Amino acid sequence: MGMITENNAGTLASTAIETAAQRAPHSLPDEPLFTIQPSKSWAAINLRIVWAYRELLYFLTWRDVKVRYKQTALGVAWVVMQPLLTTLVFAVFLGRVVQVPSEGVPYPLFVFAAMLPWIFFSGAVTSSSNSLVGNAHLITKIYFPRVLIPLSAVAARTLDFAVSFIVLIALMAYYGVAPTWGLLLLPLFVALVALLALGVGMAASALNVSYRDVGVIMPLLLQLWMFASPVVYPVSLLPVGWRRLYSLNPLVGIIEGFRSSLFGRAFDWTAIAISAAFTAALLIYAAFSFRRMEARFADIV
Amino acid sequence: MGQMRPIIRVEGLGKRYQLGEGRKAYGTLREALAGALSAPLRGLRRGGEGETVWALRDFSFEVRPGEIVGVIGRNGAGKSTLLKVLSRITEPTEGRAQLYGRVGSLLEVGTGFHPELSGRENIYLNGSILGMKRAEIESKFDEIVAFSEIERFLETPVKRYSSGMYMRLAFAVAAHLEPEVLLVDEVLAVGDAAFQKKCLGKMGDVAREGRTVLFVSHNLSSIAALCGRALYLKSGRLAEDGPATKVVESYMTKATGGAPTAVWGDSEEAPGTSAMRLLGVRVLDARGQVSGSFGMDEPVRIEVTYRVLQPGLEMNVGYHLYNGKGVLVFVSVDFHDAEWRDVPREPGLYRTVCEIPGKFLNVGGYTLDVALSRAAGQSAEVFFKEAVAFELSDEGPSEVRGRFTGEWQIGALRPELPWRTTRLAGEGQWD
Repeated sequence: MGMITENNAGTLASTAIETAAQRAPHSLPDEPLFTIQPSKSWAAINLRIVWAYRELLYFLTWRDVKVRYKQTALGVAWVVMQPLLTTLVFAVFLGRVVQVPSEGVPYPLFVFAAMLPWIFFSGAVTSSSNSLVGNAHLITKIYFPRVLIPLSAVAARTLDFAVSFIVLIALMAYYGVAPTWGLLLLPLFVALVALLALGVGMAASALNVSYRDVGVIMPLLLQLWMFASPVVYPVSLLPVGWRRLYSLNPLVGIIEGFRSSLFGRAFDWTAIAISAAFTAALLIYAAFSFRRMEARFADIV
Repeated sequence: MGQMRPIIRVEGLGKRYQLGEGRKAYGTLREALAGALSAPLRGLRRGGEGETVWALRDFSFEVRPGEIVGVIGRNGAGKSTLLKVLSRITEPTEGRAQLYGRVGSLLEVGTGFHPELSGRENIYLNGSILGMKRAEIESKFDEIVAFSEIERFLETPVKRYSSGMYMRLAFAVAAHLEPEVLLVDEVLAVGDAAFQKKCLGKMGDVAREGRTVLFVSHNLSSIAALCGRALYLKSGRLAEDGPATKVVESYMTKATGGAPTAVWGDSEEAPGTSAMRLLGVRVLDARGQVSGSFGMDEPVRIEVTYRVLQPGLEMNVGYHLYNGKGVLVFVSVDFHDAEWRDVPREPGLYRTVCEIPGKFLNVGGYTLDVALSRAAGQSAEVFFKEAVAFELSDEGPSEVRGRFTGEWQIGALRPELPWRTTRLAGEGQWD
């Protein structure tokens, strides 16, 4: 069998060489398609290249979504169960027992409305910060803009968000809370929370390649972050003097904005501006630091 | 053909690795922070002052459209690094490479295959990871399925596939890549003979269509058969570039052409760190004389001399033994020396000798990579590739050697082991 293989290969190769020799020298561009060289130390992620790879982003996202629900018996039902059950627990303990105020909205609805952006955020940050390490087999075997990996991890969570949003609408109908014009601003907060998660996720995933501690710290950090954000209690519970300091947490503006647009209350534009500025700064930082570390991912992952 | 412009132009390409990198040597944040605190100026990202090694250095060559170029060299010669740099998986440290065509790389078949997904889903995922457009995958889908011969299992998760089916599907996708330049690493080493034949056929097609292929393999016969030209890499440098048959031949001869001694003494060039320094490696015969050729029943002594510089250092000496085919025959480390187990080697000069018994290795050429390591360390602290070489032959009167003679073409080892045959008295097999 081995002999046949080699003979066959021999014939094929010789034909190949002849054909190559006969081939007319055409179609080579004057400029190289790309040049491989050591990258400059300060460069941001090239968005044009990322755009060129958008189909791969779609497939990676699609893979994340598919794989996540393929083996679970309840499948997509989990997407709804997670915020619902968490809300139920808080509604019983904080809503009933402790009687945390909820600014005129039924407490379960009040919590669920914040649970949506929060669970999206924490899920997106968790999966994106582990994404590079989890996809080491890809990083060491093939080229594509590495940022697609944390990006697809965040993108995969938007589907969960969309599904739970339907539940939110049902809950609002159940409690008889009518939407207002403020709802038009909701996409702004969805975009903000996604971008914030992407910024944190990119920075954390890149760090996680060199320092696996990040993967360990993240769950703890997220747990603390939740209680430092107005998820299960209103901002109004805090003394007035502390509220500005509190809203330095970028999730404060986002989550409060989320609720305001759902329940038609006044927006705290200062807090929202802080969140937006923080998110923008973080994304710029992440784009540079990710690019700088990207060159070494394949060597150390 | 000579006037044709190159499609790949590589100039002075070099890639330096931090020793230990690539071997899961990521640090912990604590170490980095501690390092940053004790030496704040050095900065976090430098990650200490480890030893570095050039996996690729001063590498220049050009490939013209339609050429099939084989890349050969021993393990660690830089073949895979070259492909990784050209396929943009890792960045070079210096130099540059210009590519004038769309590049597809195949460093592994089935990259990105997910066991939970079905064959159909994996075709899309893998195709897209390899750089195919969705429309392209759709138009070739039926062809891919036909090539893979797994029609019936298209909707089955690939985790239920046999390894043969898995490879067929993976290669089917890869075979339908249509880049102008294809970089291939060892993918033909997998699969059964019939499948290999099919793959080689497909590669021949690729080349016939005028595409350029850069092909790394340990399989010298397939390089000689498939490639018009070959590059021979040695310690990260281009040692030879020419017609494949000629380069393969000289690789096979040179692979055993090393010297039986390598002596640095306490010089600048001596490989080492602040803790230990390699002074010399010699191959000795039973009388303690330096020798490069041995009868296969003779013992071979490997002598390593080194200087320990750090007090209280527990360390080990070891080597990797490669045969002329580039096969790692074995690794040996002086762990078993009871006298030095858990005993630090205080600063001073040391000699460690290891004896490879006669009637153990097969005939042929051998080369040694020598390593000095900390007892606690994961990887070698000082590692010198191809330090020394020697040859085992089987010559001389067979009356003296009995029947243990002649060249056995196969097997890295050829040990003389105790055998015993007994004629059984009764008919019972186990009586």
